[in-house]
Amino acid sequence: MLEVSNIFKAYEGKSLLNDISFMVAEGETVCLLGASGSGKSTLLRIISGLESPDAGLISFNRLDLATTPPHLRDFGLVFQDYALFPHLSINDNVAFGLKMRRMAQEEINLRVGSLLELVNLKEFGERKILDLSGGEQQRVALARALAIRPRLLMFDEPLGALDRALRQDLLNELRSILHRTNIPAIYVTHDQEEAFTIADRVLILHAGRIIRDGIPSEVWANPESAIVAEFLGLGNLLDGEVIAQNQFQTEHGSFTVRCAHKHSKGDKVHLLARPLPDESICVERSRNVLRGVVSDVIFQQDRFKVILDNGIYVYLEDAPKVGQKISVSVKVECLA
Amino acid sequence: MNQTINHGDIESAENIKKLRVLVSPWLTRILLWSLPLAFLLFAFFLPLSKILLLTFNTSALTSENLRITNYALRFTFYQAILSTFITLLLGLPSAYLFAHYDFRGKALLRALTAVPFMLPTVVVAAGFNALLGPRGLLHTFLPLSSFQFIGTLSAILIAHVFYNTTIIIRIVGSALSSLDPKLEHAARSLGADSLHVWLNVTLPLLRPSILASTLLVFLFDFTSFGVILLLGGPQFSTLEVEIYVQAVKQLNLPVAALLAVIQLICTLVFSILYTRIAARFTLQLAPRSTNKRRPKTIREKIFVTSLCLLLSAFFILPLASLPIRSLFRLEADRGQRGEVQYGFTTDYYTELFVNRRGSVFYVPPIQATINSLGYAGGTVVLSLLLGFPAAIALAKPTHLEKILDPLIMLPLGSSAVMLGLGFIISYGKWLTSPLLVPFAHTLVALPFVIRTLQPAIASIPQRLRQAASSLGASPFEVWKNVDLPIIRRATLAAATFAFTISLGEFGATLLISRPEYPTIPVAIERFLSQPGGLNYGQSMAMATILLLLATVSILVIEKFRLPDTGEF
Repeated sequence: MLEVSNIFKAYEGKSLLNDISFMVAEGETVCLLGASGSGKSTLLRIISGLESPDAGLISFNRLDLATTPPHLRDFGLVFQDYALFPHLSINDNVAFGLKMRRMAQEEINLRVGSLLELVNLKEFGERKILDLSGGEQQRVALARALAIRPRLLMFDEPLGALDRALRQDLLNELRSILHRTNIPAIYVTHDQEEAFTIADRVLILHAGRIIRDGIPSEVWANPESAIVAEFLGLGNLLDGEVIAQNQFQTEHGSFTVRCAHKHSKGDKVHLLARPLPDESICVERSRNVLRGVVSDVIFQQDRFKVILDNGIYVYLEDAPKVGQKISVSVKVECLA
Repeated sequence: MNQTINHGDIESAENIKKLRVLVSPWLTRILLWSLPLAFLLFAFFLPLSKILLLTFNTSALTSENLRITNYALRFTFYQAILSTFITLLLGLPSAYLFAHYDFRGKALLRALTAVPFMLPTVVVAAGFNALLGPRGLLHTFLPLSSFQFIGTLSAILIAHVFYNTTIIIRIVGSALSSLDPKLEHAARSLGADSLHVWLNVTLPLLRPSILASTLLVFLFDFTSFGVILLLGGPQFSTLEVEIYVQAVKQLNLPVAALLAVIQLICTLVFSILYTRIAARFTLQLAPRSTNKRRPKTIREKIFVTSLCLLLSAFFILPLASLPIRSLFRLEADRGQRGEVQYGFTTDYYTELFVNRRGSVFYVPPIQATINSLGYAGGTVVLSLLLGFPAAIALAKPTHLEKILDPLIMLPLGSSAVMLGLGFIISYGKWLTSPLLVPFAHTLVALPFVIRTLQPAIASIPQRLRQAASSLGASPFEVWKNVDLPIIRRATLAAATFAFTISLGEFGATLLISRPEYPTIPVAIERFLSQPGGLNYGQSMAMATILLLLATVSILVIEKFRLPDTGEF
């Protein structure tokens, strides 16, 4: 399927993409997760052939695409602001790619009809684009991209312009459509919730590099680096120093962490202290305890986010009082 | 003590209330509109109705008159269609150039292409004459006896292209750069090659703006007067020129009136078409992130470089020739056959102050400049006096203003020569008075003045005034500290607009100005139509002075106009 190898791209001397390599397998949805400006959209444009890389290779089914112009790649694109043709009706928007392929009108009508049914816009065909809501427009854009039976679908922050509730609905719909059609997809977003919902595999893009590649649960459980942990907001990042085997000293106290890395004494490391209390062990016995004076308590539906005066935060089921001194036993990991 | 102050406050507040009730909104509206409407009635509608009456006079419809009309009408369409087509040929690639590419000097080049549009026709005509005319720079350095420019159809066409290319660049260019590049990306990902992207996406989206700009260019070419008269010569006659010829040279007012009515109907139809299309394309335009880049491939570089060179040459040469030619003697003066003197001279300027016997004037030519400045001053005062009340009323439109707004703008749609003709027919007995000219100029300038003032007045939010008065400002202080600073800039821009229009106005002035009170454009026309190197040089000198005045005015307007209220 799609293979992206060693892509480099710079703009006006500034490196934007730096040695990007990954693969998308048959039927797989790969999510590119990164902050804005991390080069995600550029990478999509390079894969679709709208821009050329400074170096690197894009191939599909082992066929190099360097000389294939974008209109012959059969890669569907869905944009954040839909990019529907304002001068065409909904039917004509969906039919656009089929007309470019000189398909017979009857066949076009059939396929357009079934696609609009697929995205729940069956009766909308003759309407104008401007009459539709944002969510409806994005469904049309999806139908339009699906119409050409693409070898690969690419989504560039497709739900970014929609409100939260609509985003959830459309995301679930998208997920089921992708599973049903079995089309490999690349989904670009800066929203980790979106990414973890839809992705079979997540790639985290940071400063032009892929810093983590794995299935969502794996990435969540094992961020492997401080940048990933920070980007995903997994917990408190502590700067520590190795004082003995599996023993680390930080400004918030010393911690005992089982660690697979090879450290020598005096090495600087990053520790991740997850904010959920470790229920399996009581505070008195635990060796990994966060302590502090409560400075703020924020209600978050099923829990309270408790912020301590030393900048540490934890999630608690019961709200402590501001000014109260607390100790919480937590899970701590070493991020090397 | 406290109580008395409070009492006084209440009393004055009640007085203001009483005053407000007294001056009901309707009365205010009537007061605001009385002067502008009275002016329009006497300066526009009355002359217009006289023209109409004269046309229905049976003597207008003779076979000879119809023959003249037929010829003029056909040539008007012929040259306008041809001019518009060539303008598109240059304008569309230029619009693409400015919308898609970044290159050094781009802003300057773009501004350069917009300059002619604001220049008086006589200056443009004189500029082309200085470059390509029989006494022009090209002829002197490359003497080709067979080459003739002035008096040909090409001269008319090229001057029209020179004038109107900026319209295509502005309208189509802004539509092009507001096109979302993602639409092209989407089309390509769906299987459209570049040709199909153009045919199926870009062109359909640009169509309204191309149509609108084409119609606008056509409208300007259709009503062109100075260019045809000064560069085309006597053998070319459009409706506009024929009105002038019939009214002033042949003294055949009925046929002039007939021509004017036909011209009015045509321009009215085109204007309505334009407004409809323009309304359609403003709907689609939404500002987008720009997609401009430097030319990369060889083909792009060749395109950008050659078009830039062409545009620079086309827009710089005629205007640069003017001051150059006005400072260089390039041929023998009268009585000096064979002894050609080349070289720098300021004679043409010093001669402007001399009242020669052989001169076409009864007064020294510099008097024309003084006249022009006087007329322009009068126009500024008059058009501000009439423009302010109308703009204030239009800034807060009621049902009344919705009817009156297009009425106020009507003179824009009628040609200058027609306005002049209306003045001749209606106020012929006052033609000896130089006072008629500022009135005619005000008629032309008023729509621009109102359109400059109105958005500025409307832009002052009521909340700003309320905030000021809640902070303790009296009504006068509110006006002085809130309204005035905002309006001052717009007033300056409007005044300069009126000033520039009056300075350059040619069509109406030619019909109504007295020979002993010529304006600069009229003087240039007379100099150009006279033989002799000195006359030619003086016309160049006068045109250079006008060019300078106009350039300064354009700069002032650009500096003080509200941004993005640009309308043609």
